[in-house]
Amino acid sequence: MAKIIVVTSGKGGVGKTTSSAAIGTGLAQRGHSTIIIDFDVGLRNLDLIMGCERRVVYDFVNVINEEATLNQAMIKDKRTDNLYILPASQTRDKDALTEESVAKVLEELKERFEYIICDSPAGIEKGAQMALLFADEAIVVTNPEVSSVRDSDRILGILQSKSLRAREGQEPVKEHLLITRYNPARVNAGEMLSVADVEDILAIPLLGVIPESQDVLKASNQGEPVILNSEAAAGQAYSDAVERLLGKAVEHRFVDEERPGFFKRLLGGRA
Amino acid sequence: MSAPDFQLKGSTVTVVVLELHRYAPEEFSAQLEARIRQAPQLFEGSPVVISLESLDVDHPEVDFEALLTQCRALELRPIAFRALPPRFSAAAAATGLAVLPPGTARGRNIPSREAAPAAAEPEPAVELHTESSPQRPGSRPTRTITRPVRSGQQIYAEGGDLIVLAQVSEGAEVLADGNIHIYGALRGRALAGVHGDASARIFCQNMDAELISVAGHFLLSDALTESVHRKPAQVALQGDVLNVSAL
Repeated sequence: MAKIIVVTSGKGGVGKTTSSAAIGTGLAQRGHSTIIIDFDVGLRNLDLIMGCERRVVYDFVNVINEEATLNQAMIKDKRTDNLYILPASQTRDKDALTEESVAKVLEELKERFEYIICDSPAGIEKGAQMALLFADEAIVVTNPEVSSVRDSDRILGILQSKSLRAREGQEPVKEHLLITRYNPARVNAGEMLSVADVEDILAIPLLGVIPESQDVLKASNQGEPVILNSEAAAGQAYSDAVERLLGKAVEHRFVDEERPGFFKRLLGGRA
Repeated sequence: MSAPDFQLKGSTVTVVVLELHRYAPEEFSAQLEARIRQAPQLFEGSPVVISLESLDVDHPEVDFEALLTQCRALELRPIAFRALPPRFSAAAAATGLAVLPPGTARGRNIPSREAAPAAAEPEPAVELHTESSPQRPGSRPTRTITRPVRSGQQIYAEGGDLIVLAQVSEGAEVLADGNIHIYGALRGRALAGVHGDASARIFCQNMDAELISVAGHFLLSDALTESVHRKPAQVALQGDVLNVSAL
């Protein structure tokens, strides 16, 4: 049975698209056929992060309006097997999406894929609600700071009241917390909320903690999901998160401050 | 094994109880009709239990069939007899209605619209009141929430108490006409007794509220002292002062 997973946050710029790209790639790497849909109609980004911006011909809105077939709009990832991207339209707005038309596209995708990742736009308005409407599970991306945590709390409320599962009284959407841009040193310095603080406020199970890292920005600019960089701490943290999403118990890493080794201290290098 | 087609459950319902003091067929019909006319919607098609608790001990035999016919003619639906004197059992059984033991709960009289003139009249032969047996008189419906109340959500328990078995997040609001019990952290706003019940209280496991209010008297988070902050606490109105005390 295909699973629809929405990646959402309320607040913008916390790493929804980066996380969608990484987790979608991670699922495909493990042999699960996966499609990532960009729901941010008007502010298309996923194609850039996935490095397929030059291959976009048709988009999600074309499929919705039946101007193109799914096959024409889906872009096959060149690096990872089993992985497709459905880009958003850059020239339309969120009103292009209607409940019936999105449902129809998702039904068709459910026949072909194991995982459908919906990359939600920021905010709590129509675009975000459309992205979470059909979700079975939700990955709530949060930065360890108060405004991001509060917005995540808000979107959790919307998930439990406005999703189709809530509306039809089915089992509620399964929630996962993904903390991104985590910097243990700054937490210890009291400049950032700790994992425990965020967990306490949001009270949902922790899927992963992604350390703050230059590798993430570099990966985004190069159009390569950071999970493909197995050397980078952020890449490893996303891999762990994917394992947990698939039901494996993996211990959390990158949560505590790393003590610089002897040579690093001697040479004054930076992590 | 296939699922059963039905389930047997115990349940309580509120019914109208017709408490018979005496039975004289002509007077009965007239009095009952007059009583029903005061609130026809309340009684139309309503299930009725006929109680013989306050019937005189030496009251002559009652013609139950006639009594039921009169009730039905006035759109009542008798469903059972209650506190039937043993000497009437055979006659009552013949009607096919259920027989209930004497009631334990105190009934609530349905107020008569013409209270003053009614008092001057001789004691009416029929008294109608509603009753819901295992519930205590005056008990109110309680709303129970099992999931966290998130930022931006608002929960209102109308006419009764509110119980939240999880947290109330910052930016969330819980309101009740009665008391509010929160078995998680209270980080948002809680307003008890919103329709002026000054005896309403707020109880929570972890007091970290943005705002608390009882019957319109409110306190903001900065008024919370160290002794109750993030600790189990209750909020009650004493005179005009809202008191927050540790539990």
